Amino acid sequence: MSALAARALRKSYDALEVVAGIDLAVAPGECFGLLGPNGAGKTTTLKLCLGLIEPDGGEIELLGQPVPGKAREARARVGVVPQFDNLDPDFTVEENLAVYGRYFGIAPREIAARTPPLLEFAGLTGRGDAKIMTLSGGMKRRLTLARALVNDPQLVFMDEPTTGLDPQARHLIWERLRRLTQEGKTLVLTTHFMEEAERLCHRLAIMDRGRIIAEGSPRSLIARHIEPQVLEVHGPGYESWMERAKALAPRVERVGDTVYCYGNDVDPLLKSISGELGYLHRPASLEDVFLKLTGRDLRD
Amino acid sequence: MRWISVWRRNMLVWRKLIAAAMLSNLADPLIMLFGLGYGLGALLPSVEGMSYIAFFAAGQLCTATMFTASFESMFSGFARMHGQKTWDAILYAPLVIDDIVAGEIVWAASKAWLTGSTILGVAAVFGLASSPWVLLALPAAFLVGLAFSAIGLIMCVLARGWDFFSYYMTLVMTPMMMISGVFFPAEQLPAPLLAVAKALPLYHGVQIVRPLIAGGPPPDLWLHVAVLLAYAAAGYVLAIHFARRRFSS
Repeated sequence: MSALAARALRKSYDALEVVAGIDLAVAPGECFGLLGPNGAGKTTTLKLCLGLIEPDGGEIELLGQPVPGKAREARARVGVVPQFDNLDPDFTVEENLAVYGRYFGIAPREIAARTPPLLEFAGLTGRGDAKIMTLSGGMKRRLTLARALVNDPQLVFMDEPTTGLDPQARHLIWERLRRLTQEGKTLVLTTHFMEEAERLCHRLAIMDRGRIIAEGSPRSLIARHIEPQVLEVHGPGYESWMERAKALAPRVERVGDTVYCYGNDVDPLLKSISGELGYLHRPASLEDVFLKLTGRDLRD
Repeated sequence: MRWISVWRRNMLVWRKLIAAAMLSNLADPLIMLFGLGYGLGALLPSVEGMSYIAFFAAGQLCTATMFTASFESMFSGFARMHGQKTWDAILYAPLVIDDIVAGEIVWAASKAWLTGSTILGVAAVFGLASSPWVLLALPAAFLVGLAFSAIGLIMCVLARGWDFFSYYMTLVMTPMMMISGVFFPAEQLPAPLLAVAKALPLYHGVQIVRPLIAGGPPPDLWLHVAVLLAYAAAGYVLAIHFARRRFSS
C-alpha cells in the first residue's frame, strides 16, 4: 500500500488549471521529490494532498485515509515544513514545540519528554529559551523541521526545505533528512534545487504546467533523458566554433553566449577547442534533464 | 473542542505581554470613566435616577468590552492570520478553519470579558454598583464580547490589508457608540436614530448592564440577550463562511 497516492488530481483557479490531472504513488519509507519550475503546481499539489484545499477532480489517499474526507485523521500522523517559516514569534524555541504539540492533542508531559531529542535533532540544544527573532535562517528552518516532528509523524511534507539557506545550513538539513529516511519515515519534498533532489530522493517526478512530465530515480532520469557528457563553451569566436561543433555532437544548444554540447563522447569536441575559447567539461546532471524537459524560459 | 488549543495559544501570548495588554485594555477606559464621569457628572447631578458617573459606568463597561473584543479579533487576529501565518501553521495539524474561528472568537470575548469585569470591579470599589444584581453584568459582558468578537472576526477574514478596519471603526463603531445610550439616554434621540440603535448590539448590552448597576433586574432582559446571541451566532457562521473561502484559494 502507498503512503500517499493520488489519481487524476485536478485543481483550477479561475481559468488557470494549476494541477492538470496528475497521478502520484509514494511508497512507505521512500523519499519522493516533486521538482518543477516556479508555478509548476508543486505547492498546490502538496496542499491538495494535505486536504487544505478541495480538488476539482481525482482521488487522494494519505496514510490510508481518503482526503479531503478524512484529512484531519490523516494529518494527525503527518508533519509539514512549509515553504516560508511560520514559527510563532511570540514564543521561545521550546514554547513553539509545546504549543504546536497541543494542536495535536499531545499531553504537556509527553511534549516535555519529546522536546530534548527534538532540540538535539534540530541542533538547538541549549537554545530552548531563545526567542525566534534571535535565530538565524538555518536555525529557524531546523526548528520548523523539529516542529513538524512533534507528533512523531509517519510522513513529512516539505515545501522547498532549503530555499534561502547557505551551504552549511543546507548540508545540515540534508543530513537530518537522511536520518529521517533511515528511521523509516516517508518524505515528500518539493524543490527546484536539482542537487538536493539528486542527493536525497529515491524517486522523483518532474512537474511542469500542472502535469508530471517525467518520473523515476535521479539516475534513471539522467540515463533516459540526457546524453552523459556535457561541454559548455564560451568566449570570443564561440559562434563559428558552434557551427563546427554541430557536426561532432548529437545535440548542441546555444543559450546567450554559451554553447552547450551533449554527447556520449565529447573528446573530439574538446580537441577542436582553440584560441581564447573557455570551456567546462562535466558529466550530465539532473539539472540538464530538468532544463531539457521544462525549457530555459524564465517562469515568474 | 479542538478550538481550545487555539484559545490557549492566544492566552499564553497574552500572559507574556500582560503589562502592555492590561494597560491599553484597562487604563484607557478607566481614565475615560473617571474623567468624563466626574467632570460631566459635576454638571449633571442625576440621569435616569442615577449619578452621572454610575450611568456612564454601564455605558463605558459595554463600550470598553466592545473595543477590546473588536481590536483583538480584527487587529490581533489579522496579525496572526495574515502577518505571522499562525493560522496556516495550525491548519497543518488536525484542526480545520472552523476550529480556528471558534478559538479566536472565544479568545477575543474572554479578553473583552476581562476588560468589562475589571471596570465593573472598579465601579463597585468606588461604590457605583453595590447591589448583588451587578454580578449578572459579568455574563452580560461576556455576551457583549462574544457578539463583537464574532463581528470583528468577519472583518478580519474579509480584510485585504490593515486599512480595511478603519471603515468598520469609523463608519460603524464610532457612530454606534454615540447612539447606543453610552453617554446619554438613547431615548432622547430622534425616533429613526433610536430605531437604528435598537438594531445594533451595543444598545442591548447597555440596556442589560445599566439596570443591573442601578440595582435591579433589566426590563426585557431576554430580548436583549437574544439580540446579542443572534449577533454572536450570525457572526460566527459568517466568519466561518468567509474564512473557508479565504483559505480555499
